[in-house]
Amino acid sequence: MVERVAAAAREAPWVEVDSLSQVTEDICRPIGGRPTVLWWVGFLLALSVLGVGTAAIGYQIATGIGTWGLNRTVGWAFDITNFVFWIGIGHAGTLISAILFLLRQRWRTSVNRAAEAMTLFAVMCAGLFPLIHMGRPWLAFWMFPYPNTRGSLWINFRSPLVWDFFAISTYFTISLMFWYVGLIPDLATVRDRARAGLGKRLLSWFSLGWNGSYRVWQRYEIVYLLLAGLATPLVVSVHTIVSWDFATSVIPGWHATIFPPYFVAGAIFSGMAMVLTLMIIARATMRLERYITRRHVDVMSKLVIATGGMVALAYGTEFFMALYSANQYEQFVFMNRALGPFSWAYWTMVSCNVIAPQLLWFTRVRRHLGAVFAVSIFVNIGMWFERFTIIVTSLHRDYLPSSWADYAPTSIEVATLAGSVGLFFTCFLIFCRFIPVIAMSEVKGVIGTPSAGATGQPERPPERLPALAGMEA
Amino acid sequence: MRTLVGVFEREEDILQATDAARRSGLTILDVYTPYAVHGLDRAMALQPSRLPWVCFLLGLFGATAKVWFEYWTTASSWAIDVGGKPWNSLPAFVPVTFEVMVLFAGVSTVIAFFLVAGLRPWRKAVLVHPRVTDDRFVLLLEQTDAAFDVTQVSRLLERHHVVHIEEREMQEVP
Repeated sequence: MVERVAAAAREAPWVEVDSLSQVTEDICRPIGGRPTVLWWVGFLLALSVLGVGTAAIGYQIATGIGTWGLNRTVGWAFDITNFVFWIGIGHAGTLISAILFLLRQRWRTSVNRAAEAMTLFAVMCAGLFPLIHMGRPWLAFWMFPYPNTRGSLWINFRSPLVWDFFAISTYFTISLMFWYVGLIPDLATVRDRARAGLGKRLLSWFSLGWNGSYRVWQRYEIVYLLLAGLATPLVVSVHTIVSWDFATSVIPGWHATIFPPYFVAGAIFSGMAMVLTLMIIARATMRLERYITRRHVDVMSKLVIATGGMVALAYGTEFFMALYSANQYEQFVFMNRALGPFSWAYWTMVSCNVIAPQLLWFTRVRRHLGAVFAVSIFVNIGMWFERFTIIVTSLHRDYLPSSWADYAPTSIEVATLAGSVGLFFTCFLIFCRFIPVIAMSEVKGVIGTPSAGATGQPERPPERLPALAGMEA
Repeated sequence: MRTLVGVFEREEDILQATDAARRSGLTILDVYTPYAVHGLDRAMALQPSRLPWVCFLLGLFGATAKVWFEYWTTASSWAIDVGGKPWNSLPAFVPVTFEVMVLFAGVSTVIAFFLVAGLRPWRKAVLVHPRVTDDRFVLLLEQTDAAFDVTQVSRLLERHHVVHIEEREMQEVP
């Protein structure tokens, strides 16, 4: 333990700045200023894609989900694929903000704010899909156990879909609070720099009168620790429950005990890839090179390869279990995955999730931002196809060959997926404009006060606490 | 209330100055910092927060209430046979119970934090120094009585590289 603490103290600084106020200056600069042309291009693009998605959702709610390519055999496809994809993306944010906080990983302070924001937006995108999948989203409140005039007829607490409802709503609430609590000191910093006006009034409102009092900081630290402690098992439980949506059924290819760890690893894998995608863009466009360094990208790439290895192991284990179970249906499903009509999806998944990340073993690749960005895009695509493969290949050919069917998405489904991507990026770009993308108070806490040498002042000798003779009580 | 405001530039200085002030028996009203300076709670001799108890008890309450509610709805109020599963399917209640426990524990901790720390949207922030949310560390001492020697305390703070000292009249601790 002592050695580890000493090692942490010896660790080279993750962020090198001249002074604390430089952190404030660098992070606050993009806020409130005029957005760049690049930002407008990205924002308008995201907004128009969101517009297309909104139109598609409006149309399918008005007409019914018969506008989707589903049939009586393939009852889940794009919608649940998108749901699992987005919820998985969200998990890396909680990994960075909570799990790495408990593990005292100092580098997390440069990325945790943006990663948590990513979590919130991803969970919003994810929540959209079960909602529209219900067909009658205006009756979504039926998922809530409230006293009603039908009995009261309660919801079925034995159903994984009900567990999922509770898991996702708890996850969103806790993530939002965690993010907001972490944001309060930074909002106060922005407030104290802002000129009088509506912005300043909003900031005053949301910063809750924060004035840096240490009596508040002390409680803040405890609350942050408690929320991290709660969020850590929560994030594991959420994707475990998502995997139970599949694993508690009797469908070959879904009914597997490996599902919870397999899904949790996959979620963090895809989420880390998305964090890398976003951070590499933010670094370049918002001039955050000092805060998101190549070393940050390097450690995140290592997390990608570690979780990618777990996912690859799970792919292999699934095949082995099918073989070893001697269950012909199980064996058929896996042969059908690799060689059947959806083999293109399966092999896309394998190339993107297993083969592409192997490049990250090489230091030179990990230090090359363009290469890491490309790998992260591959993983994003691959993890979407993983969910598509799991869902569609297991459903389209199950026990009875008479009910085998094919599946192809309609334009409405594709537009809805695109719309969710638009929603995600619209939210993220708005976040980049109005909220400090890096947790200033946490970065300052990690760098501490830079040594006097860095500020050009003469180094002061370390001194002992002087006993004050004559003032002792 | 007459106070003495000492402004510092470095984390080590505020830590040592606070520690020295407490050892000298001065009344530390509060310390203001731009980030959570570790060790300051010891230097100020603050009591540990009781918020973990709120978290634990409300989490326990949430979990208990949820187990009871699930039992009551599925086994008592309107029992429905789902695939021949027992009325009281305790193992199936575990996931939702866990989620509700986390929800209660988390939400109640944050609400309790806002209440005890006095963080409210309509509260106007009173800053002891304009740069305290940026890069300055401030030690706020109370001038308890006539025996409070400003010169001597200033000398103490100067030994810890105070950059600015000011006497200030305050209604209450901000």
